[in-house]
Amino acid sequence: MSLNIQDIRASFPILHQEVNGKPLVYLDNAATTQKPLSVIEALDYYYKTDNSNIHRGAHTLADRATRKYENTRELIQKFIGAKEVEEVIFTKGTTESINLVASSFGRKFVKKGDEVIISTLEHHSNIVPWQLLCEEVGAILKVIPINDKGEIIFEEFEKLLTSKTKLVSIVHVSNALGTINPVEEIIAKAHAVGAKVMLDGAQSSSHLTIDVQKLDCDFFAFSAHKIYGPTGLGVLYGKREVLESMPPYQGGGEMIKEVSFEKTTFNEIPFKFEAGTPNIGDVIAFEKALEFVNTVGKKQIVDHENELLAYATEKLSSIKGFIPYGTADNKVSVLSFLIQGMHPFDVGMMLDAGGIAVRTGHHCTQPLMNRFRIEGTVRASFSVYNTLEEVDRLYESVSKIAKLKNK
Amino acid sequence: MTDINKVQDEIIDEFEILGDDRESTIFYIMELGNQLGAFPEEEKTEDNIIKGCQSKVWLITTTEDDKVVFHADSNTDITKGLISLLIRVMSGRTPQEIINADLYFIEKIGMGGIIGSQRSNGLAAMIKQMKFYAIAYQSKMNAL
Repeated sequence: MSLNIQDIRASFPILHQEVNGKPLVYLDNAATTQKPLSVIEALDYYYKTDNSNIHRGAHTLADRATRKYENTRELIQKFIGAKEVEEVIFTKGTTESINLVASSFGRKFVKKGDEVIISTLEHHSNIVPWQLLCEEVGAILKVIPINDKGEIIFEEFEKLLTSKTKLVSIVHVSNALGTINPVEEIIAKAHAVGAKVMLDGAQSSSHLTIDVQKLDCDFFAFSAHKIYGPTGLGVLYGKREVLESMPPYQGGGEMIKEVSFEKTTFNEIPFKFEAGTPNIGDVIAFEKALEFVNTVGKKQIVDHENELLAYATEKLSSIKGFIPYGTADNKVSVLSFLIQGMHPFDVGMMLDAGGIAVRTGHHCTQPLMNRFRIEGTVRASFSVYNTLEEVDRLYESVSKIAKLKNK
Repeated sequence: MTDINKVQDEIIDEFEILGDDRESTIFYIMELGNQLGAFPEEEKTEDNIIKGCQSKVWLITTTEDDKVVFHADSNTDITKGLISLLIRVMSGRTPQEIINADLYFIEKIGMGGIIGSQRSNGLAAMIKQMKFYAIAYQSKMNAL
C-alpha cells in the first residue's frame, strides 16, 4: 500500500509556509523532524488540563498525569521491543543517555587498562563521553576504521576486540552518511569476548524497525525529537540485569527509596536513573508521535524514505561537480555531498535562499570528516512527509548552484 | 557627504535593484566574492584569522599615503562577497575616517536577514577588526 503523502503533510502545520518567497522544502530531518498537529495539541492540552507533578501526588491531576506519563513508557517498550517496561529510562536525549552509561556503567565496570571500542562514524556525543571516561579511569579508546564508502571494516573491528574490551558503543545508523552498521554481527562478536554493547539509535529509531531483544544489545539510546516528538526528551533502554548492576547517575528526588543523613537507599529501575521532576509534558506528547508512526506504519515510512533517497541520489549524481559522501550498500535517508570548488556553507545558503532547508558543516562528526579530508558536507535528509517534487526542487537548485563553478 | 557614505549609498542602490528576491541577492554577493582581489597565500596564518567568524576570514593591512588599505580572503564565497563590500567602503581611507565610519548600509540592505545571525556576528567581528587596525595606525602616526 502506498502512502498518501498529501494527507500526511496536512497534519504537519509547519510545512505549509513560504521561506524566502518559496514554498518550504524541509530536508534537515536527520537534525530534527517536524511535529504532527497531534503532538503539538497534546502538549497544549497537557498544560491546560493535566499539568501536575507525577508519581506521589494524592490528587486527581497528578494521577492523570502519572498514568499518561507511564503509558508513554509502555508504548516505547513496544516500539523498541523491550522485554520489560522498567528497562525504559527517560533522559534529555541520546546524548544524556550515552553520558548516563559512560558515567554509571563506565565508572563501575571500566578499569585501568580496559578497552572501549567506538567507530570512525560516531557523532561527537558517542566519542567525547568515552574519552572523558577513559581519561578518568585510565582505559583505552579504540576506533574501528571505515572504507571509502563509509562502511566500517568488520575484520578490523574483530582485530580490536580482546578480553580487555568492556564496552562497544557504536552508532546504528550514521547521521552524516546514512550508513547502516551491521550491529547484529557486532553485538554477537562483542558478547563472545564478554563485552557489553551500546547502540546510538538517534537516527536508526526513526528509519529502521527496532527490536532490542532480537538485536540483543545491552543499551539502546534515542531521542524523541527525531521521531516527530518534542525536543529535550530521550530514552535509554538497558537490559534489566545490566541496569540493576549499575549505580545511580544523578542524585535527587524520585531516585531514592529512603533518605537519612546517615544512609540513602535507592529506588528500583527505571526510577533509580530518573532523578528530579522529569519532562512530563513532552513525555505525554511523545505518545502522539509514536501513535503517528504506528498509524502510518514503520515499513511504509521506511519504503517511502528509501524511494526518495534513491530518486535523489540518481538525479543529483547526474549534476556536473556533484561529489557524494557515504555510498554504503546499506544506507538510509541521508544524502551527503559536496559541489566541486564550492564550500558547503555557500551551497547551503544558496539552497536556503530558494526555500530549501539542508544542513551544512561537519554534522558533529569531525573525525569522520577528517577521514575523508574534508571540512564538512551538505546533507539533505528525508522524512515521511517529503515528496518526489521536493527532490526535483533540490535537484534544480543544486544544478543551478553547481553551474557557477562547474561550467 | 564623505566618500565612505557615498560608496555606501551606491551599494544601497545596487541592492535595491535586486529587490526582495533572496536567490538573486545571494548569487550577487557570491559574484562579488569571486571578484575579490588575490590574497597572498603566505598571509593565511592563524594570526591573521578574525576570531568570531564561522567561516575562515583572513585580514591584513598595508598603508598608502597615510591611508589604510585592507586585503582579505575567506574559504567561502559568500563571506568573500561580504568582505568585498566592506573593503569597497573602508579601504583606502584615513584611520580617522575608518574609526568614525557609521556603516548604515548593512542595515539598509537588510544584510542581517540575508546572511542570518551567525554570519552577522562574523560581519560585526570583521568591522571591529578593521576599526582596531585603524586605531593602531592612528596611534602609531600620532607617536611619530
